[in-house]
Amino acid sequence: MTQKILLKDINVPGINTFDVYRKQGGYAAVEKALKTMSPDDVVEEVKKSGLRGRGGAGFPTGMKWSFLAKPEGVPRYLVCNADESEPGTFKDRYLMTHTPHTLIEGMIVSSYALGANTSYIYVRGEMMPQIRILEKAIAEAKNAGFLGKNILGSGYDLEVYVQPGGGAYICGEETALLESLEGKRGNPRIKPPFPAIAGLYGCPTVVNNVESIAAVSWIVVNGGDEYAKIGIGRSTGTKLISASGNINKPGVYEIELGLPVEEFIYSDEYCGGIANGKRLKAVVAGGSSVPILPANLILKLANGQPRLMSYESLSEGGFATGTMLGSGGFIVMDEDSCIVRNTWNFSRFYHHESCGQCSPCREGTGWMEKVLHRIEYGHGKMSDIDLLVDVAKKIEGNTICPLGDAAAWPVASAIRHFRDEFEWHVKEPNAAMEGNYGLANYADPIPVVETAN
Amino acid sequence: MSEKVKVTIDNIEIEVDPGTTILNAARMIGGDIVPPAMCYYSKLKGSGGKCRTCLVKVSQGSAKDPRPMPKLVASCRTTVMDGMIVQNITSPEVIEARKGVVEFLLINHPLDCPVCDQAGECHLQDLSFEHGKDQSRYEFKRRTFEMIDIGDNIKLHMNRCILCYRCVYTADQITNQRVHGVLGRGDASEIGTYISKAIDNDFSGNVIDVCPVGALTDKTFRFKNRVWFTKPVDAHRDCDKCCGKVTLWYKGEDVIRVTGRKDQYGEVDEFICNTCRFDKKKTNDWTIDGPTKVSRHSVISANHYEEKELLPVIDRKIL
Repeated sequence: MTQKILLKDINVPGINTFDVYRKQGGYAAVEKALKTMSPDDVVEEVKKSGLRGRGGAGFPTGMKWSFLAKPEGVPRYLVCNADESEPGTFKDRYLMTHTPHTLIEGMIVSSYALGANTSYIYVRGEMMPQIRILEKAIAEAKNAGFLGKNILGSGYDLEVYVQPGGGAYICGEETALLESLEGKRGNPRIKPPFPAIAGLYGCPTVVNNVESIAAVSWIVVNGGDEYAKIGIGRSTGTKLISASGNINKPGVYEIELGLPVEEFIYSDEYCGGIANGKRLKAVVAGGSSVPILPANLILKLANGQPRLMSYESLSEGGFATGTMLGSGGFIVMDEDSCIVRNTWNFSRFYHHESCGQCSPCREGTGWMEKVLHRIEYGHGKMSDIDLLVDVAKKIEGNTICPLGDAAAWPVASAIRHFRDEFEWHVKEPNAAMEGNYGLANYADPIPVVETAN
Repeated sequence: MSEKVKVTIDNIEIEVDPGTTILNAARMIGGDIVPPAMCYYSKLKGSGGKCRTCLVKVSQGSAKDPRPMPKLVASCRTTVMDGMIVQNITSPEVIEARKGVVEFLLINHPLDCPVCDQAGECHLQDLSFEHGKDQSRYEFKRRTFEMIDIGDNIKLHMNRCILCYRCVYTADQITNQRVHGVLGRGDASEIGTYISKAIDNDFSGNVIDVCPVGALTDKTFRFKNRVWFTKPVDAHRDCDKCCGKVTLWYKGEDVIRVTGRKDQYGEVDEFICNTCRFDKKKTNDWTIDGPTKVSRHSVISANHYEEKELLPVIDRKIL
């Protein structure tokens, strides 16, 4: 049984209220940090824990905090990135909905560590229910003396505000988020300078994902070393995974990093196997922006060892045979799934969400989407496939922010691993229109994986 | 001033002040190694980094940290470090990426040079020529727009706009009444006016000068001549609004266009007011400073022949 940190009390009735959360031991981290620890002590514990950013990039959180500039007389800010909107990723809203005080507690402790007296939770504009839940939780915490002036008599002041975003995916990119928070159009900034030097209103700022901040309370209460014992290697702790697609039990799961992918897909504790007894065809392991992997590569490494749910194991082999843990959006596709249609669907999203600031992303995402649409609807040409690869290559790494990469990787990897399916769509347009391209259509089928249970 | 830093660009070493960007360091060296720039404009704060034509490879970050930068970087927004080694035209990766950018830009920018007033002064035309890309492989319908008048003297042809944001920065930074900006998102972005489709202030004409392509054109000049058939002359006048230093573009005896004076990278030295640009079209309005220096490689110089010295065997009397 996996140890639970973030969702340990998720089934306790009324856990979204302050009183119940407090009875369950909530806000102990605030008491401990403010009464017994210095801000640097908190940073040190987070460093020891090995916690890595849960928004997708996986950068060590403690190290990110230690980069924060501390000029005299200049305010510092903590901004919580709750602009979750990547297809296949829905863990943060689950956490905010069901246990909002876990986030608020994490915000208080993290803000204390960073020396921030004003912090923001930037929530995607469409998430009005979550915005109301958070505002209520903040009011409750403030009434109980955990927010506002002189928290618990420690002399530390903190105000936390919830800011609804404009509803654009790009506002989840940290610098675009800051622009949006400042009331401007959500266009990414060119880095450097990084937010740790010049962030919100030009002041030193740390932007952390909801899940990262929520994990800090447990680390403070139990110690960084205890957190580091969970997980595997440099992938410490637990991770929320949003599982969706053709599985029996879609939902949000908290796993210990290092869990075998096969166990995650097939065990009853998690996804419960492929729906309707179908076979596994492919998985997008970390949200729609990461490369897709076929069944054989998602379950096993090149050396035959089982692939694990960890930053290192999922990226094993680079993009040729690996992918990324990303934000933990685990999208499972069964044998009837059409890779071309799914890729087109992802591409539509990135085309729609490109901010349009830089040329490769602005023009390239739309180009890829149109070519994929053409192939999917039976008007593709064989040369389109190489064209897609080439356009993706011209976008990748050449844009201001990672949205260009996010748009290019799914397309490039889908063609890398499922080229024959794209070719089949071109050669047999009518057949492709009639039904999906399942495993039976492979001239050289990929190894079929037997279910684990 | 703190100590100079050494940077090597395409095997040429130069010492520059700390804080200098790679692009400006390359400009100090000059020649072919200067990366192209469609959106960067040295006179506009915060410009650059968007078009991605100036991407370069940093094969050594600095003497202290010699690791290469993992991705190509925008040279206009990346400052040099001591010991940095940069590859521009010596890197096939850079050339390939730049070709890609040119192709992306050509998706929604027709090379309609035969009818465009920017022909001969267009940076995209130069890029297209330099990279052997006269069209994109893009086969879908291009977006098209009706031309609109924004203000009395400026015409916006969105078909040609490459969204470099230069005009937006110009309006933001040197006029007191910004009424236009970028609307929409992604490839649906467009330059738009907010109110009455009019840009109406004393310095609005500068958006024409900063436009690297032919999207914003001077209505008093449109279709009057090709730029290489005109004769540019530097002139000045006492102006209470601007520096009054301009270039007059003559067709015969007539001044058919007035622009700010531009440097070798096509950037104006000082912005000028609308009165100088649009209202002073007589030679008597100006004090002539002399012919504008034009690079012999420029298309503008194509029709400006020096009087050749006659060969000694030709007797001038018989001519």
